[in-house]
Formats: sequence, C-alpha cells, structure tokens
Amino acid sequence: MTETELFIQLIINGVTIGSYLALIALGYTMVYGIIQLINFAHGDVYMLGFLISLTFLGFLDVNRTLGGWQLWVITFGVMFVTMLCTGTINMLIDRIGYKPLRRAPRLAVLITAVGMSFMLENLGMLWKGPSQINYPAIFPAIDILNDMLGMTTAVLFTTKDVFLMGVTVPLMVLLSLFIRNTKMGKAMRATSQDREAAALMGINVETVIRNTFFIGGALAGAAGMMVGLYLNTGRYLMGFDAGLLAFTSAVLGGIGNIGGAVLGSYVIGFLNAGSDQYLSSEWTRALVFTILILVLVFKPSGLLGERTPEKD
Amino acid sequence: MAQIWDSLTGPWRALPARQRQILTWAFSIFLLLIFPLVDNAFNWGVVNDVTDVLVLVILALGLNIVVGYAGLLDLGYAAFFAIGAYTTGILTWPGHSLQWNFWIVIWAAVIVAALFGIVIGTPTLRLRGDYLAIVTLAFGEIVPVVIRNLGGVTIGVGPWRLVSDFNLTNGVQGLNPVGRPSIWGFTFSFDPTPWYYLILIIAALVILASARLQDSRLGRAWMALREDETAADCMGVDPIRTKLLAFAIGASFSGFAGAFYAAKLQAIFPELFKFNLSVMILCMVILGGMGNIKGVVIGGMLLQLFDRVILTQTTFFVRYVGQALHISPLATIDLSLWRWFFFGLAMVVIMLVKPEGLFPSAARRAELHAAEEETLQPAERG
Repeated sequence: MTETELFIQLIINGVTIGSYLALIALGYTMVYGIIQLINFAHGDVYMLGFLISLTFLGFLDVNRTLGGWQLWVITFGVMFVTMLCTGTINMLIDRIGYKPLRRAPRLAVLITAVGMSFMLENLGMLWKGPSQINYPAIFPAIDILNDMLGMTTAVLFTTKDVFLMGVTVPLMVLLSLFIRNTKMGKAMRATSQDREAAALMGINVETVIRNTFFIGGALAGAAGMMVGLYLNTGRYLMGFDAGLLAFTSAVLGGIGNIGGAVLGSYVIGFLNAGSDQYLSSEWTRALVFTILILVLVFKPSGLLGERTPEKD
Repeated sequence: MAQIWDSLTGPWRALPARQRQILTWAFSIFLLLIFPLVDNAFNWGVVNDVTDVLVLVILALGLNIVVGYAGLLDLGYAAFFAIGAYTTGILTWPGHSLQWNFWIVIWAAVIVAALFGIVIGTPTLRLRGDYLAIVTLAFGEIVPVVIRNLGGVTIGVGPWRLVSDFNLTNGVQGLNPVGRPSIWGFTFSFDPTPWYYLILIIAALVILASARLQDSRLGRAWMALREDETAADCMGVDPIRTKLLAFAIGASFSGFAGAFYAAKLQAIFPELFKFNLSVMILCMVILGGMGNIKGVVIGGMLLQLFDRVILTQTTFFVRYVGQALHISPLATIDLSLWRWFFFGLAMVVIMLVKPEGLFPSAARRAELHAAEEETLQPAERG
C-alpha cells in the first residue's frame, strides 16, 4: 500500500466507524439532554441489538449470502423488529431503574445505571456465551473499486461500507427531521431546555422521556445489527467498548447536542482509524480516553455545545 | 422461650452500654485472633480465603471514603489497587534488580497510589458527578492497557532511539516473583497464617483511620460537600482541595491492599485489575451502606460470603432439584457464571429499595430519603 492508499483507506475506515458510533452516541446525547443522566446501560442495549438480530436471523435460518428481494426484506424486516425490541428494552430500563429515582440524589441514579449496564452485559454473556460470536454474512461483500470499477488498488471499499453508510445516514436525517418538525420533537427540545418550564407549558415530561429512551434504544439496536452485518463477529463486551467510544463522541461534540454527537462520532472514528494505522491498535483506547479527559477538562461544552455542564 | 432468653441475656443487658461495647469489641478481636487456630483444629482450610476477603474489605473501606464520605462516584477504583500492586512488583521484582525491602515498598505503594489519586483528581474534580464517574471508568480502563503495553516500549525516530525496549511491567506475562516480606529473620511464605495476621493489622489500621477521619474536620467537610456543595463552599470548605484529599486518601488505602496482595500472590498480571473488580468493590460498599464503616465491613464480608460460598452451594442445590424433577437446564446450571449478573442486580435493587444499604448511617439514610419526606428531618449523627 502506498501512502495515498493508506490515507484513503483511513478515511473509509474512519467514516464507517464514525457512522455506527454516531447511532449510539445519539442515544447518549438525547437522554443526557433530557434528564442529565449518563445512561451507562446504553452501550449494552447496542450489544443486545446485535444479539437480538442474530437470534431473529437464526429463527429465519439464514446463514448464507442473500441476493435480490430476499436480501432487502430480511435485512430491513429484522432490523425493524430489532429496533422495536431494543427501543422497548431501553424504555423498560428507564421505567424500572431510573424513573423511581427521578428526585433522588444523582449518585443513586448513576449507581443504578452502572448496575443496569452490568446486568445486561452479563445477561448477554449468559445468553450467547463469553467467546466471540459469528454473525451470518448475509450481506454480500463485493470489492467496489477492484471488481466493479475495474481499478487496481489496495484500498478496500466494499458494498458493506456503502450499506452501512446507506442505513446510518438516513436514520440520522430522519431523527433530525423528527426532532425539528414534529410536535413530539418540539416537546423534546423544550424538555431538554428546561424540564420544569416544559411541564408548566402542558408537556407531559414523562412521555417525552419515555419516547427519548425508545428512540435512543432503537437507534442503538440498529447500530448493533449494522455492526453485526459489517464485521460478522461480536461479543458480549462489545457494548462496553463501543459505549465508551460513543460517549466520548457525544462529549466531544457537546453533550445534549444532536449535531454535535454526529460530528464527534466522525472525529472519534477518524482518530480511531488513524491510531490503528499509524500508532498501534493497543494504544487506541488509551488515546481516546485521554481525549475524553482533555475535552472534559478544557472544553466541557464540547465542539458544538453551548451549555457548560453546570453543577447541580 | 422468651423467659429463658431474657434470663440468659439479662446480666448482659444489665451492663452499662459502654462496657457492653468494650466487651463486644474484645470478643470480636479475640475471635479474629484465634481464627487460624480454630481453622487448623477443624481443618477448614479457609484462612487463605479469609485473607483475600480482608484485602477486598480494605479496598471497600478505601472506596467508602470517596463514594461514601465525599459522595463522588469512582468507577475505576481497581486502577489504584493495580498501581499499588505494580509499585510493589516493580520495586521488588528480581528483573529490575531493585529488590527493595517490603516494609519500605508498602509505603512507597501507598504514596504512589495517593499521587495517582491526585493526578487523576486534579483535572476531573471540577466536573459534575456523572462526568467524574465516566472519567474514572476510563482511567480504570487505561491503567491495565498501559500496564500491558509497558512491557517493551521503543520510542524513536528512524534509527535514533529515545527509549529502546524499555520493560517496566513485563507486559502480559506480569511480574513474577514479587518480593516477600520478612521480619526478624522470619520470611512470609506459603503458610497463610502469617499473611492473615499481617492483613489483620493493616485492616485494623485502615478501620481506625476511617473512623478517625469520619469525625475529623476533614470528614465533616466531605459530608458537607456531599450533601450540598454550594452551601459547603459558602461555609468556607474548599471543594477542590477537600475532594482531592478524599481521592488521595481513598487511593492510599488501596496502595496498602495492592502491596499486600502482590506480595502474597507472588505474581501480578494486568488482567487481575479489570472493571469487574471495581464494580465488585463498589457493590460491597453499597450493600453494607455507603459512609458507614461497620456497614461496609459487614456488607463486604456478606457479599464475599455470597460470592464464594452461597453461590456454589446453591448451584449444588439447584442442580439436585433439577435432577430430581428432570429439568435439564436446571440440572446443569452453574450459578457461579451468574455472579456478575447478581452484582449488577444487587446494585439496582439496593438503590431502588434501600439506598442507604443494609446497615445504614443515620445521616445517609436521611439524605437518601430526603426526596420522599416532604420536609427533611434533622439528621442524627450515625
């Protein structure tokens, strides 16, 4: 690989990592915007999205590369059901773990969130075992540059990359349209600005919170399935790792800010890919967390955030 | 029945409270001191396990300073334990040809751990609580990664080398052997009894320190910050300095535990200090009751009893039932795989049902239930 090819590959990798991180980061940032809580269990909802979609594919008994209408119907059908499941799970997490503690000291909710995350993570382990799990390669991986366009290059850009971006980007656009144009979206924005004032204006804050958790969980579930289709492997700890990365992205972009979360995810995606390539993958996590700490210390409002995290 | 009980306990209850307290203490200390003899006489062979439990209890007491007293959620506490253990390992591992005396090294471990507490605390303690939680979580993740990668570092540009194959922690293989303590010509070895007495002394020191800190000016400042930071600040408590001290002192306890653990285990690996350990220690603190020494000690021991004894025994029982009823999933179940799930569950259930823990301190209980009671009851000191 030449230097240029390496660099192009880095951009491709960065965009793919950034795309699925963005889907997870959106859930963190939306929940944080509305109830000022880090939903530690969010990464594990993403992991459950992976496992649930895997189970549905198992029911349908598909374990080969599909083509034609079958491919689209199965992929999007399973994705839709998975999103419903993970959305509901996330909503239940809030209902069981966080809602009774809305007025309790913050420490109590945080501990519940950590406990929830730990429970879900280990449920994942008990469900599918502690080792790496294979995910059926139902999506064809055709090398676009070499095989379709007839170029000769070492850069690997496949139909799977296109698919990943082709699903994540529209989902983000949909979310942004929803938040900008619907009544519920308006209620969500109002609640995240000032919960009490929103309640006084007749907005049912609990409904808004429930919807936020549902949407966040659904997006995380979609991300879990996308990563399964893309990497064809995963494991119960994937939620913990991706959760930390996605949270870092959300903070980097300015927590509570939807656009910021997407931007932060792509930045973290590129950094991740760059560190893997030029430094060493062993140091990638240490690097990302160092960035997290630096951002929190020097610019806690993030790249796009306006509000600084104030003390409660 | 009740009369027999009354007549038996009558003389005891007739004693003044102060004397009863002294007698209870004396009796507990006596039990702890003769425990290895009893263990030997009955051939239980659990001295080693009890020693490990005490190490964890010391860690829980250290975390209790941070979470219980100061109300700061530290999710990476195992990192300080790792730092204490690795300081000991690095200073006594034959590969480094330093091989310092253990009794000096244990203090070095305490100081290094406390310094790292300050290093991680200084930039982060200005942040609000949940950010602190995630930063400490990240710190807890970085430390094992760094330890794993410091087994052969080469930094240089082209042929020029700043550092060539620098080996501090021996990477994944870990440090083995670690120097053993020796005193008056007696060297600690595989017999668990001397280790037991050593950890008992350390535990006693740590409990004493915790108890003295709780009522000290610093301890009251921590609790004031925990309950209302703005009000405490207005009363002249310096929030950053006070929180930093909580971090440093909490970390220093784990320095003791780390040094002891490394010397006893004789080998340390990065894998020993994962996030799971931090969660387990946090769970020990929460179960007994945050901010209460007695609660943390008893709660920690109960959790360990559950983890080490009850879970395996229940597995046998459930399997037996499963075999009798021909339910194959039950007959082959291994509940020890469920242990981490139960820890997570315990954290959620305690926070929802009894956030002050099983053995609460009165102040903490009042605080955690403040939202439910419309008016805050004046808190008694516990």
